[in-house]
Amino acid sequence: MALSGMRGLSVFISDIRNCQNKEQERLRVDKELGNIRTRFKNEKAMNPSSCSWKAFLSDAMVVISCKGTKVGLIIFLHHMHNNKCQSSLAKFISAEFRCEPLTGSEKRNRGHIWHLVTPSLPLSTLEGRGQFCSRFRRIVGLSPYEKKKYVWKMLYIYMLGYDVDFGHMEAVSLISAPKYPEKQVGYIVTSCLLNENHDFLRLAINTVRNDIIGRNETFQCLALTLVGNIGGREFAESLAPDVQKLLLQTAREEEGCTVSPASFQKKIQMWSDRMAQLLDERDMGVLTSSMSLLVALVSNNHEAYWSCLPKCVKILERLARNQDVPQEYTYYGIPSPWLQSNYSLCFELLLHWTCNKGKAEIYLRNFDFWHELGDTDSWCSREQREGVGLINRLNIKSLWWLLDHGCDIDALINLTLQVKTMRALQYFPTVEDPNTRRSLFEVLQRILMGTDVVKNVNKNNASHAVLFEALALVMHLDAEKEMMSQCVALLGKFIAVREPNIRYLGLENMTRMLMVTDVHDIIKRHQAQIITSLKDPDISIRRRALDLLYGMCDVSNAKDIVEELLQYLSSADFAMREELSLKAAILAEKFAPDLSWYVDVILQLIDKAGDFVSDDIWFRVVQFVTNNEDLQVTEAASLKAREYLDKPAIHETMVKVSAYILGEYSHLLARRPGCSPKEIFNIIHEKLPTVSTSTIPILLSTYAKILMHTQPPDQELQKQIWAIFSKYESCIDAEIQQRAVEYHALSMKGAALMDILAEMPKFPERQSSLIKKAEDSEADTAEQSAIKLRAQQQTSNALVLTDQRPANGTPPVSQLGLVKVPNMSNADQSTAEQGLTHANGALTVVDPQPPSTPSPDLLGDLLGPLAIEGPSGTAPPQSEPRVASGLEVGANEDALAIAPVEEQANTIQPIGDIAERFHALCLKDSGVLYEDPYIQMELSLVPETIPPRAQVQCPLEVINLQPSRDLPVLDFSYKFGTHMVNVKLRLPAVLNKFLQPIMVSPEEFFPQWRSLSGPPLKLQEVVRGVRPMLLAEMANLFNSLRLIVCPGLDPNANNLVASTTFYSESTRAMLCLIRIETDPADRTQLRMTIASGDPALTFELKEFIKEQLVSIPVPSRPPAPMPPQARPTSPPLAALSDPGAILAGLL
Amino acid sequence: MSHLFEFATIDLASKNSVAEQHDRLFNRSKGRARVDLRLIHQLHSLIRFILLQNRQGKTRLAKYYIPLEESEKHKVEYEVHRLVVNRDPKFTNFVEFRTHKVIYRRYAGLFFSLCVDITDNELAYLESIHLFVEILDHFFSNVCELDLVFNFHKVYLILDEFILAGELQETSKKAIIERMGELEKQE
Repeated sequence: MALSGMRGLSVFISDIRNCQNKEQERLRVDKELGNIRTRFKNEKAMNPSSCSWKAFLSDAMVVISCKGTKVGLIIFLHHMHNNKCQSSLAKFISAEFRCEPLTGSEKRNRGHIWHLVTPSLPLSTLEGRGQFCSRFRRIVGLSPYEKKKYVWKMLYIYMLGYDVDFGHMEAVSLISAPKYPEKQVGYIVTSCLLNENHDFLRLAINTVRNDIIGRNETFQCLALTLVGNIGGREFAESLAPDVQKLLLQTAREEEGCTVSPASFQKKIQMWSDRMAQLLDERDMGVLTSSMSLLVALVSNNHEAYWSCLPKCVKILERLARNQDVPQEYTYYGIPSPWLQSNYSLCFELLLHWTCNKGKAEIYLRNFDFWHELGDTDSWCSREQREGVGLINRLNIKSLWWLLDHGCDIDALINLTLQVKTMRALQYFPTVEDPNTRRSLFEVLQRILMGTDVVKNVNKNNASHAVLFEALALVMHLDAEKEMMSQCVALLGKFIAVREPNIRYLGLENMTRMLMVTDVHDIIKRHQAQIITSLKDPDISIRRRALDLLYGMCDVSNAKDIVEELLQYLSSADFAMREELSLKAAILAEKFAPDLSWYVDVILQLIDKAGDFVSDDIWFRVVQFVTNNEDLQVTEAASLKAREYLDKPAIHETMVKVSAYILGEYSHLLARRPGCSPKEIFNIIHEKLPTVSTSTIPILLSTYAKILMHTQPPDQELQKQIWAIFSKYESCIDAEIQQRAVEYHALSMKGAALMDILAEMPKFPERQSSLIKKAEDSEADTAEQSAIKLRAQQQTSNALVLTDQRPANGTPPVSQLGLVKVPNMSNADQSTAEQGLTHANGALTVVDPQPPSTPSPDLLGDLLGPLAIEGPSGTAPPQSEPRVASGLEVGANEDALAIAPVEEQANTIQPIGDIAERFHALCLKDSGVLYEDPYIQMELSLVPETIPPRAQVQCPLEVINLQPSRDLPVLDFSYKFGTHMVNVKLRLPAVLNKFLQPIMVSPEEFFPQWRSLSGPPLKLQEVVRGVRPMLLAEMANLFNSLRLIVCPGLDPNANNLVASTTFYSESTRAMLCLIRIETDPADRTQLRMTIASGDPALTFELKEFIKEQLVSIPVPSRPPAPMPPQARPTSPPLAALSDPGAILAGLL
Repeated sequence: MSHLFEFATIDLASKNSVAEQHDRLFNRSKGRARVDLRLIHQLHSLIRFILLQNRQGKTRLAKYYIPLEESEKHKVEYEVHRLVVNRDPKFTNFVEFRTHKVIYRRYAGLFFSLCVDITDNELAYLESIHLFVEILDHFFSNVCELDLVFNFHKVYLILDEFILAGELQETSKKAIIERMGELEKQE
């Protein structure tokens, strides 16, 4: 078929086709692009005055004619009916082209043709005419024809894959051309070149709108097609009302339909009544389009459109009875199948939303059905359930019908309808009515069994498309086991056929089938066939087979499948290796019968596809091996690792994992041949030159561990390793450098190394990052794939492995000894014990790796320099400086943060004076009670949150049973490495902690004071040897003891009166009154009177205050300001530095 | 916006992931509203694009029903060509392409490729390619690649009659041929 008149375009295409090579083609394209660019540029440079005439003339055709001696120029113009216009145009042309109107022939042409003589231009020659034409075009711009031609060329060039970075404007401007050919080009090219995000498209909105609201149907089609194909949000917003109006006014067919779902979602609301009007339309074309619109509307908001339903049903009835359907809308005897299928979609959606009422009749051509239905309107008002059942029946009937007439109608229509019907049925929850169900299964059965392989490919495809849809429906309906096994058998047949498409679909549907519970075993029968498909030359089939294998894997067949996958891994192409290795790793982890198998699989995996094994996979192995308690397994793992190291070329990941495992556990192998520390070291060290910087730190740790495990030390090995350490001490990589420096310094320490480099503690259990990853990637696929569903079902299985190990939620408690409380008869102590059980639980939290704060990822655990088993967060600022950079270490060995032991001292010294802290805490509510380099105990108010890796504060609850000056003693011990630290601490739960200051007025005080007359409720004593202090100082002291001084109660200025409330289990709240009489002449003695409602309380309080007054701690400790008459009741200050002595004193 | 949201609740999880996947597939940044619009398409399985390429990878027709940048389009064409061209005729007609599926069919030296959802009925789309070819064959009376090269603009017109906004809009050969005749009269 010849190209209609566009010679230039044909020539250009031929030129391109004739190009010998890519270079020539590019040259030709560049030339053409240059040409088009110039043309378009000239167009833009047009003189803007007289623009209107130019636009007018641009639509004209120029013919140059020679009549005898006279040369004439004829310009054909359309639409020139007006004489006034003619003369004005004549003037313009005369001026522009310097020519005179040809007077004689004017009338004859009645304004449509103009004859002009051109004295100044030599039009007689071909050259001259060319000159004139180009001049004409220069003045009036490109003709629409030329524009059209250039724009088509642009599209062609664009299609060839060249960048076209100009001319979009021209393409868009063609849309506004007045005539169809140009307009059409404009629309088509615009919709190909631009997308909805393009700015130029905005320029077209107005024109498109004009075309939509215009009278020309063809233009409307073009405009609507454009909107449908690329319509973006802006189009939707500005055009929706017009499209809506158009749909209401005119009878434009299909175009309106798909336009609407594509772009007008935002605007189409409240159309329901108009929709209803639309549905009254008799014209089938309008109905078709409005149905599509209705589908879109309903998909947005079904509520509003219920009113349309009866009408839809009526229309369908009309269609079904073949009444009043114009001949042109029947297709192979079927009334308007497209309309009907649109209805189906609409109903589908309506049902999808509410599970309500009818849809399927669309397909319905069984006329007697309508008789059953009777009145359609009343049908619409029936109950939902009935509606669903009915629709199901209708659907099934229509399926029957389709099956019966399948041969008569066009394959694709038949296919589309059947597929759609069954899709529609899948929208229902399930079919409940037994009769419906039975007949549906009959249909399905017929489809399943009656589909034969035929010669004709297209027919075969069509029938199988229906078949697979039927399978999907069977799965959806969750049919009886018998039917299911039939399906699986069928699929089993399919996966063995030669036809690749069918085989592919067989595998795919079998994967979906896994969702159905019972069929698992039946599918397993086909395992061998599926594994064969894994080796199919077609990657699509291999992928499906892999998916299926992955999905069908469970504990029983995991070993086979994983081994099959591993075997296949070595031959698989690169596109699949990553997926394959990930899937193998996940399956191995999920279904591993035992750990050594798992380790074995992963090591094989790393060996075969190292590049595709992500870090997660090897971290996971290390985690499992470390957390595993069975020594044999660990041993086997390290043996495997050792074997792999023997291979000449191994992947770096393998080096990492082997080095790590051997570092930790190679000493278990030491007796085997070839596994002495030295040999292990040598074989690992061989790999060092080949690995990247990320692996070197792991190797360094391994060396350090090997060194540590070599007992007795092997001098030569030590020297070798030290040489390596010192070599890397100046490495530019900070991680490597730090490790080298630290390990070097540590390994100099000899025995202490053992503790620091002890086996890694168990990792806290986490969700496998692999499984998580798999879940993530499965979430990608839109389908609710069977695999995903199964993964969800089997999460418990996934944990099988993990459960075998002890739960590691709790941290390694063993490092902290239990807190012991000395057994004391004193009631006060036993209450303290209760409180301390809290402390016991909480104290464990001082561990370096508190369980509440697992380190963010596995990487942190494995690649961190070493687990430093000391309280990292609680180191006091005044303790030894931490190693910030390893460089200083050489100078000062003691400065190592991770070397807790000073060379000469084997005991751990508390920091600060325990007694001093005790006394300070007697007066304060919070503060440090005990501190040594490894632990710090602090008493404080109850913390609200416990920050990770920071101090942990443990609330200590002490209940006072009865008044006593005895103190609770906290005997706590913990183990740091080999050092046992045991400290007995007096808790500052002194008497005054149970006091609550209360200010009393004279009116309250004196009656109380008088009522408590004499011993044992009121006691008086003269205290000597009091530390001299001013009255104000004493008042302060009393206040800090929570004995509030009430001024003004005693007329004597040298006396103090204080009051407080005492709380205990036995006394409840009890008011205590204190009077101190001082002697201004001798401040070392005073007389105090204590009164309270309880004799014991009075006595204890008196003794307590006396102790406070005579033994107030002073900052300068060594020369203890011992009162000369120190009594045995007051704790001997000299002994305070020894906690044991404190206890002894107390007992 | 509210009704859109309502719509999205049908199956929020899967629809959202579709939209995200879509974003990822064609790694573009775009407004929220467009994502919502696309949700609609999920219900009627949308054709993402249709490509006609010869064995050398020359594109003879390319139509996208989702907005793509130019560079992305060229990349997609290149990738799809590479994906299908070396496939044995004995292989399946379906290839996974990123997160979608390409249904292709080869006629002589020409590959017709449709990009659809993973869950779509593959065979039905395979047959629709055949229908398109039949229409072309009818229109050009015994179509060959040259017809499509020199009349590529006609092919675009026919395609517009056959597929609109990513959906099959007309499945009748006759109707399309008649419509084309009608349009040609106007030129």
